[in-house]
Amino acid sequence: MLRTDHLEPMVPVPHRVTDRWVETHDSVTIRLEPVADPLPQFRPGQFTMVYAHGIGEIPISISGDPSVADGSITHTIRVVGVVSEALFNATPGTVLGLRGPFGTSWDVGRSAGRDLVIVAGGVGLAPLRPVVLEALAHRENYGRVVLIAGARSPQEFLFRKELDDWEQRHDLEITTTIDVPAEGWTGPVGFVTEPLGKLEIDPTRTTAFLCGPEPMMRFCARALLDKGLPDQDIRVSLERNMRCGVALCGHCQFGPLLVCRDGPVVDFHTAGPLMAVREL
Amino acid sequence: MDQHTVVLDRDGLSAVIATLAGDGYRVIGPVVRDGAIALGELRSGDDLPAGWGVDVAPGKYRLRRREDEAVFGHSTGPQSWKQFLHPARRTLWKELEDGTLHAEADEDPPRYAFIGVRGCDLAAIRRLDRVLMSTAYPDGSYQRRRQSVFIVAVNCTEPGETCFCASMGTGPEAGPGYDLALTERIDESGHRFVVQVATLTGQWVINDVLHSNASDEEVAEAHAAVTEAANKMGRAMPDVDLRDLIRDSRQSPLWQEIAQRCMVCGSCTMVCPTCFCTTVEDATDLTGKRAERTQRWSSCFDIDFSYIHGGSLRSSPASRYRQWMSHKLGTWHDQFGESGCVGCGRCVAWCPAGIDITEEAARLAEGGARAAD
Repeated sequence: MLRTDHLEPMVPVPHRVTDRWVETHDSVTIRLEPVADPLPQFRPGQFTMVYAHGIGEIPISISGDPSVADGSITHTIRVVGVVSEALFNATPGTVLGLRGPFGTSWDVGRSAGRDLVIVAGGVGLAPLRPVVLEALAHRENYGRVVLIAGARSPQEFLFRKELDDWEQRHDLEITTTIDVPAEGWTGPVGFVTEPLGKLEIDPTRTTAFLCGPEPMMRFCARALLDKGLPDQDIRVSLERNMRCGVALCGHCQFGPLLVCRDGPVVDFHTAGPLMAVREL
Repeated sequence: MDQHTVVLDRDGLSAVIATLAGDGYRVIGPVVRDGAIALGELRSGDDLPAGWGVDVAPGKYRLRRREDEAVFGHSTGPQSWKQFLHPARRTLWKELEDGTLHAEADEDPPRYAFIGVRGCDLAAIRRLDRVLMSTAYPDGSYQRRRQSVFIVAVNCTEPGETCFCASMGTGPEAGPGYDLALTERIDESGHRFVVQVATLTGQWVINDVLHSNASDEEVAEAHAAVTEAANKMGRAMPDVDLRDLIRDSRQSPLWQEIAQRCMVCGSCTMVCPTCFCTTVEDATDLTGKRAERTQRWSSCFDIDFSYIHGGSLRSSPASRYRQWMSHKLGTWHDQFGESGCVGCGRCVAWCPAGIDITEEAARLAEGGARAAD
């Protein structure tokens, strides 16, 4: 029998919002359950195309726990335009459309036996949350697990409660930093590159996972390259305009890459030279 | 099946069109419309543009009368076969009032017969096949339209001034991928078509019309005319590795210089037979309950093509021209394993500023050669 999801990858699959957590003044995490048919199980780093009824559709990375295989999908969304605003306002009971999961994964398992350095800027923590959860779920498979998360202000951190829990763990080296000093903040102040610059790593056994604004990823990659980490061991998650998600529409081209198909997770050996070119 | 060759006269070609139409094909071919050779429905062989040729140059296209009654004595017009296989606009799905979403399946797309597909354009169809069908998530609409197409190719014997298929390896001899391939011959023995029969369907069509077997001499003459055409190309791509050239030219100052002339109109992408990019539009009915999504052609020259929150990633005209030309000649190889340019010359003829992709590639190559000195 022909699989309809392959025949019609362009048709959104209805999902109902079951839970909604406000993360910051402009971001929420929503959990969605399929109205009928679930999507295939996702891998950390993949995205879905999320459709708000009558308004439009945008690619959003999945921020849920990859060990949960109950058919639900969790997304964390920051308001940056009309579609994301509609998704922000989607209260429990709202039906949204999902297509996916699409794209490449962080492939955390390939780094078994190695140290993991995870660096997130702002909403970039959302696609990296599944990496942290997968590493912690199979903690014995990895060496050090380092998480550096940055935000503009203390109120801007996603997953605040979870970050607090992670800070209590002894098997996770976590640093949270804010861009500018704020009242009541006793932690480090500055961009994520500062704690990353001070971090000592073994470049022969480290894999880095970076997600955030492109300049932030470039500077972090530079800091890691300076420590001797090969560019193949640095992975970044790219963001481009996407209309189809399945390599048919052409919008997500980034030089030789179709980001929906060859990304969003790409190693810096490939992405670095492209990110160095303005307006590519 | 083994290829073999027959000869049709002008009535024979009309009979082929009648046979295909009689079998339920929607027969599409070159017609004169709006002062150009367009692609339209052929009700009979009389609709073909007999006696019409074209004069083309960068930024220029004019019909002219020929001295003979050749029906394929013109080079490519502004339209290409993609408009039938990959329509400029189509509904992707509709949402019903019960909230269920349904693919707009066009289960019964027309069965097309394409008459007069040139080597460049047949190569363009193969490019689209690769992009839209040989992929993890094929375009179902394209697939359904494509699989029933009957193709009558034409080997070019008179390339146009903007043609460069020979340097792209796509012509002037058409193929592979046709059912029948014609070489039009007009001389003292009359007006006739030497026809290579490549498929069983093609054989079935030929069996239905009056034809004669081609003599060795006729086959050789037709072949020689096509071979000769390769030497009459108006243009050629520079003989360098275009993929390397484009990759090494990302920071070239030439893009900025071209942008002084480029109007960022996107005409090149609309006439290009391989440009496949699309965007979508979401809408609801007046009640707001029923939604639908429409897909339409889009262009990498559109300012919002690369829009993400905060702005367009390619806002300068230079970056948009670089994207288009780099994709055609370079990154298409990375993405799909072949060139995205088939050498049809449409983008040269239909650019209002007369920007010539072969000339700009040559200038990039010269710049690279200079830098290497």
